[in-house]
Amino acid sequence: MIRLEHVSKVYKTSTRPALDDVSVEMEKGEFVFLIGPSGSGKSTFLRLLLREEVPTRGRVYVSNFDVAKMSRRRVPRLRQSIGCVFQDFRLLPTKTVAENVAFALEVIGKPRNTIVKVVPEVLQLVGLDGKEDRFPTELSGGEQQRVAIARAFVNRPLVLIADEPTGNLDPDTSQDIMLLLERINRTGTTVIMATHDHGIVDSMRRRVVELSYGKVVRDDARGVYGVGR
Amino acid sequence: MRTSFVFSEVVTGLRRNVTMTIAMILTTAISLGLLGGGLLVVRMVDKMQANYAGKLEVSVLLTNDVSANDKDCTQQPCSGLRSALEQTSGVESVVFQNRDDGFERFKRIFEAQPELLKLARPEAIPATFRVKLEDPERTDVIRQAFEGKPGVKAVDDQGKFLERFFEGLNGLRDVALILALIQAFAALLLISNTIQVSAFTRRVEVGIMRLVGATRWYTQLPFLIEAVVAGIIGSVTAVGGLVLFKAFFLDRITRNLTESGIIPPTGYLDILIVSPWLFLVAIVISATTGYVTLRLYVRL
Ligand SMILES: Nc1ncnc2c1ncn2[C@@H]1O[C@H](COP(=O)(O)OP(=O)(O)O)[C@@H](O)[C@H]1O
Ligand SMILES: [Mg+2]
Repeated sequence: MIRLEHVSKVYKTSTRPALDDVSVEMEKGEFVFLIGPSGSGKSTFLRLLLREEVPTRGRVYVSNFDVAKMSRRRVPRLRQSIGCVFQDFRLLPTKTVAENVAFALEVIGKPRNTIVKVVPEVLQLVGLDGKEDRFPTELSGGEQQRVAIARAFVNRPLVLIADEPTGNLDPDTSQDIMLLLERINRTGTTVIMATHDHGIVDSMRRRVVELSYGKVVRDDARGVYGVGR
Repeated sequence: MRTSFVFSEVVTGLRRNVTMTIAMILTTAISLGLLGGGLLVVRMVDKMQANYAGKLEVSVLLTNDVSANDKDCTQQPCSGLRSALEQTSGVESVVFQNRDDGFERFKRIFEAQPELLKLARPEAIPATFRVKLEDPERTDVIRQAFEGKPGVKAVDDQGKFLERFFEGLNGLRDVALILALIQAFAALLLISNTIQVSAFTRRVEVGIMRLVGATRWYTQLPFLIEAVVAGIIGSVTAVGGLVLFKAFFLDRITRNLTESGIIPPTGYLDILIVSPWLFLVAIVISATTGYVTLRLYVRL
């Protein structure tokens, strides 16, 4: 499903590699935590999957895309099969909840009748039914993140990428978001989540890939955040 | 492609930068207006050349003495000059016009200007041979043969006069086109700048579009259409400007010249014929500028 082979990434403006000879494989339907301190390369890892960056060395495969080698023209196709969620939600403040979700479908040319059918479905799935006409500023942080998840999931991606999705949320709300991500994972969607939240990782008991200075230092099938931290 | 989506984006984009949009439209309009003016002058010169092509004459003006005393050209030197002209090779026809005929003609041409007519006296108008040539360009033959002959005051060549007149008009056209070019450059920079600002204010939106897998078309088309729409509004404004210019300015200052048939009138039809070119130029320039700007300056 996802495979990195000896991937290194050195940004032009820095000498230290952000990723250093990383090889890792993730199966379809897996739930994987990507952990490590700030600056360890988690976001870089996720950006490589999206072809927001290209690796300096090595190869990246997502589904049947050879991500590093593919032509720019095919990048939209790759991104349509990956959903993304971020710490800062990235919602459009001038659009309502339903419009924010619909936007993701409109801009990839989905027909209107599909959009009016699937948007309410996904809003129901994330528990936002009844709030579709609110603007992002009228929602709590947790609710805003649910909108973002709905937008990422509405096109039924193969993979859901979440970069510290609970970074701005309190522990209770974070727990709700994790339950939602688990539910999405149960539909067969691969979920990769970068985080440094001990509590969440420890309570979920899922696969943990730990990065340190751009290297994979641990890969546990049912891990905890780590001892002595 | 969802057109409704693209167009709602375009409208929002244009509204978000109202002042820039207006500046862009006005600059484009002035540039196109000048271009249109230049094209109208070109049409006018073409029409005039066609008008005069078959009618150009050389006038052989006779001296005061002959003009006053030989009304019917029966005496020497007038009759001799006439037969000499008729026998010159390349001459198609010779018409004698005495002082009275000439004064009538003068009155007709300048009937719109009574002040001028009040000042004019028949004595100032010489009797004239109006000579039509088979080849209107070959006026030098007549000039060389008849200038300075007894009874001849001067040989007046309409062609030479018209040439100078056309030179004046062409100068006007060149000035209009050069100004149009300078304005077009300003319009180009404004379009490019507006797109960059527009792309900056919409960076979050565009970032999301890219992330969810929108194609290049979807992310860039709104900006491109925004530029083209502004260009089209600019050309409509320019055409409106030309119509107003004709109605309230051009018609007034050229009325005498057009009524006496010296220059052809510029009609609304001329503006109608010129305007598609203005639209075309506006669309091509705004689309090209938009495309190049997106390619070079905006990472979408
Ligand atoms: N766009 C960038 N340009 C230059 N250096 C970067 C860029 N993004 C990240 N880095 C550097 O790469 C390293 C890894 O960053 P990142 O992948 O963001 O780590 P994390 O998400 O784990 O905090 C850091 O040293 C960071 O400074
Ligand atoms: Mg990060």
